Amino acid sequence: MSADARTLTTIRRQLLAGLLLGVCFAASGERAVSVAESLVGKKAPEITRKDLNGRNLNLASFRGKVVLLDFWATWCAPCQVEMPAFSQWQRQYGPQGLQVIGISMDDDPALARKLCTKLKLNYPVAMGDEKLGELYGGVLGLPLTYLIDRNGRVRAKFQGETDLKTLQKQLEVLLAEP
Amino acid sequence: MRLSLVRIAGTIAVLAIVFAAHTRIHAQFGWSAPPPESAASIPTTQLLQPEELNRLLQAQGANKPLVLQVGSHMLFAQAHIAGSEYAGAGSQPEGLKQLQDRVAPLPRKAFIVLYCGCCPWSRCPNVGPAFKLLRDLGFTNVKVLYLANNLGTDWVDKGYPVERGR
Repeated sequence: MSADARTLTTIRRQLLAGLLLGVCFAASGERAVSVAESLVGKKAPEITRKDLNGRNLNLASFRGKVVLLDFWATWCAPCQVEMPAFSQWQRQYGPQGLQVIGISMDDDPALARKLCTKLKLNYPVAMGDEKLGELYGGVLGLPLTYLIDRNGRVRAKFQGETDLKTLQKQLEVLLAEP
Repeated sequence: MRLSLVRIAGTIAVLAIVFAAHTRIHAQFGWSAPPPESAASIPTTQLLQPEELNRLLQAQGANKPLVLQVGSHMLFAQAHIAGSEYAGAGSQPEGLKQLQDRVAPLPRKAFIVLYCGCCPWSRCPNVGPAFKLLRDLGFTNVKVLYLANNLGTDWVDKGYPVERGR
């Protein structure tokens, strides 16, 4: 296959994936889903910090994977409904290239650590702060989840209580992309 | 005499049937009274809509309320209602202590507005306990800002005045 043909095929795949994502958004009817946010379609702001286990967490190092970036807090009840599902997805879709990352917006890291242990999370969690919140368009309500594609681009934002099936469908669309 | 006994027995039977039906409906549909400190427990008469608060804060010379954020300090640092103060998370004992200390010198008739906006209204763990504390302390003019979704959607995105910083 020539280089032009390969480029054309890639463009076709991306258009198809975009169309599928659009259909998912239109079909969902969820108020929580928003695609019109400023970060969607742009490169995900870099995240470089230590996770709760003291390991380096660098968003750029996950390039080539689909990243589910979850902003949460221990006082956020809907977040705690989502987190076990995200753990399950990490197990289920990890081999296909999913990486879940949690960012706790708690004021006290001890509370976040305690809940992570209780929920037996299988993905890295780091503490957030207002600077990171502002980089991601202002984390002014939780839960807040971003889907980032394999090229490091933000593809979807979910604010508030979200239908997990809708989120999962969009995740699968991104995982199917090359 | 016998008629009275029959009437009393009949009343008891009717009450028992009503009680049983009420319990069954609750069990079947999962209805129950909101927990005493949930946001849903705050009387609707004590709620303030965002546009009302904004109007109050913009009005010249009006009786402006003391506006206190009783949720996450990190969220407060990113954006808070202009002129509002951080007063501790209502879901935490130390947060309630901070709130108690803040309002201690105020007259019990002081006009106070509490808000959080961390989560969808029915899931907010902070405003309910904070409201209950002020009520228990005897404050008689306390309102709670009704933020249906969160502060971002219901205040910041509407263009109402905000400030940053702790």
